[in-house]
Amino acid sequence: MARFAAKHLVFLLLTLFVVSFLVFALNEFSPGDVARKELGAYATQDQVDALTKRLRLDRPLLVRYAEYLGKAATGDLGYSARFKAPVKAVIWKHLANTALLAAIAFACIVPFSMVLGILAGMRESSRLDRAILLFSTLMASIPEFALGVFLASVFVVWLGWLPGTATLVAGGGWSLSAQLVLPVAVIVLFDAGYVISMIRASMVEVMQRPYIRTAVLKGLPFYRVILGHAVRNAMINPITVILLQINYLVAGVVVVETVFAYPGFGRMMLEAALFKDIALIEAGALVAVGLAVLTNILGDVAYMILDPRIRA
Amino acid sequence: MSTPVTADVLTVSPPAASRRRARGWWGRVARLADSTPATVGAALILVWVVVAALAPLLAPYAPNSNDLAALASTTPSRAHWLGTDHLGRDILSRIVWGARPVLVIAPLAVLGATALGSLLGLAAGYKRGWIDLVVTRSCDIVLSFPVIILYMIILTHFGSSAWNIVGVLTLTKAPIIARIVRGLTLELREREYVAAAKMRGESSLYIMLVEILPNARGPLIVDMCLRTGYNIIIIGVLGFLGIGLPPPDPDWGGMVKDTYGMMMVWPHMALFPCAAISSLVVGFNLLAVGLREIGLRD
Repeated sequence: MARFAAKHLVFLLLTLFVVSFLVFALNEFSPGDVARKELGAYATQDQVDALTKRLRLDRPLLVRYAEYLGKAATGDLGYSARFKAPVKAVIWKHLANTALLAAIAFACIVPFSMVLGILAGMRESSRLDRAILLFSTLMASIPEFALGVFLASVFVVWLGWLPGTATLVAGGGWSLSAQLVLPVAVIVLFDAGYVISMIRASMVEVMQRPYIRTAVLKGLPFYRVILGHAVRNAMINPITVILLQINYLVAGVVVVETVFAYPGFGRMMLEAALFKDIALIEAGALVAVGLAVLTNILGDVAYMILDPRIRA
Repeated sequence: MSTPVTADVLTVSPPAASRRRARGWWGRVARLADSTPATVGAALILVWVVVAALAPLLAPYAPNSNDLAALASTTPSRAHWLGTDHLGRDILSRIVWGARPVLVIAPLAVLGATALGSLLGLAAGYKRGWIDLVVTRSCDIVLSFPVIILYMIILTHFGSSAWNIVGVLTLTKAPIIARIVRGLTLELREREYVAAAKMRGESSLYIMLVEILPNARGPLIVDMCLRTGYNIIIIGVLGFLGIGLPPPDPDWGGMVKDTYGMMMVWPHMALFPCAAISSLVVGFNLLAVGLREIGLRD
């Protein structure tokens, strides 16, 4: 266990190190770049040179990277040019908003896709299986923005039941929960399509195992074969996939956030990238990668808990 | 749910040899017709390929020309079957022309990723040792990065063009292929025909490309199909986020981006391009489902 933890910790640090360096290098590769982005396209070369000198950006990349890391370690991530606030505060605010969306969506995705995946996989090629397979394939095929447009045109434009934006500002006469319905629905439908097919595939495989046949032949009722014997084994492989969705839910929902004008982490990163807000891009990339590696580790741990055979 | 156990849990599938086996390329294509998802998927793709190929003939208007008179009423009419967008451009023509970039970029990026990923995966799985370690670790690093954020950083930095999109898609998808091919190679390298080739004194390059790779093609083809669908989604998403193909040439994602803010008034402007991209991705994913079914049967 200690070796496992150490190995993962080293990989986490290595990944953070490599990615942060790549993003840093990409943004600041040539000395004039940072000052140029800071001053905009209409600044003269003299102004750019002056700022480069003042910010001491003319020093080698590695030196400045080491300095950046040192500052980051003490919690100083710099100042966001786009949001006119310290990077740390900007990231926390948007991350909290995304966490709310992600938590609700995750709480819906897991039971929804487990039920459908297990129902589909318990009798391969049955009519129910084919229907669920078709549904999940369709859901995974429609891009999030298209799904958002489809749902919005029905529930917002046609029926008028829900608001078309989720700005989290309680104005316009829509409650917070009403605002969250459509974004959550789009995320759940799009993401569940993929998770359902994973759980289904694993369930199909488990149902062909000898112990299932034994359970059936010794006369257990079908529901007990499924709930007692099949489900736990069938969830071992998909658990990693399910946990990896956290990663998608936090960093990948930029499209849904854009469709519904939700003030989340993904949209913050898009704005930072479009605005060339270097400090925010660098810090945001670090957060995203750290989170991704952590969910990877979480997946491995869950895998070990569910499957005692690999605990060695 | 205490229904009697149905037979399908217990039946053993009949030996594959008893099935009709069509030979060669055409036989394989003909077998697609056995699977409904594959047929429907292939048909959808074919329709879009024809539309893209014949775009100059099919599109009623030039994709970028504005019909200012149509702005009075942008909804579908006899002159503009799918209506016009907020600049008076014919939506049908833009959708027809917009099929071209998608159908070139997505498969091109899949081919690039498959070529690069296969080479890396073969080398890692066959040579093992430090090559394996470096390849797997770098793949893990790329894969652990939330790709959409990577696209945003890279495309806003280098600017967005068709080639840059092909490039980022190739680089970010290759690690997935590498992982699959490595897994298959680890299994295939122990086969007798690989041992025989080694005995004949063939080079490792020959063994990897001629003996191992062709035997890994089944899962790879299914994956390429799925991957094309995902790439189309990503191209749409990039367009929607405003970091895709540069305007004014028609791009499905970009068309939605320009008009979804006007949905309360003119929902058709965003709906039609959404339907176009969805149907194409559905086509590739259904084809993948069908290919997998056919693959499992023999």
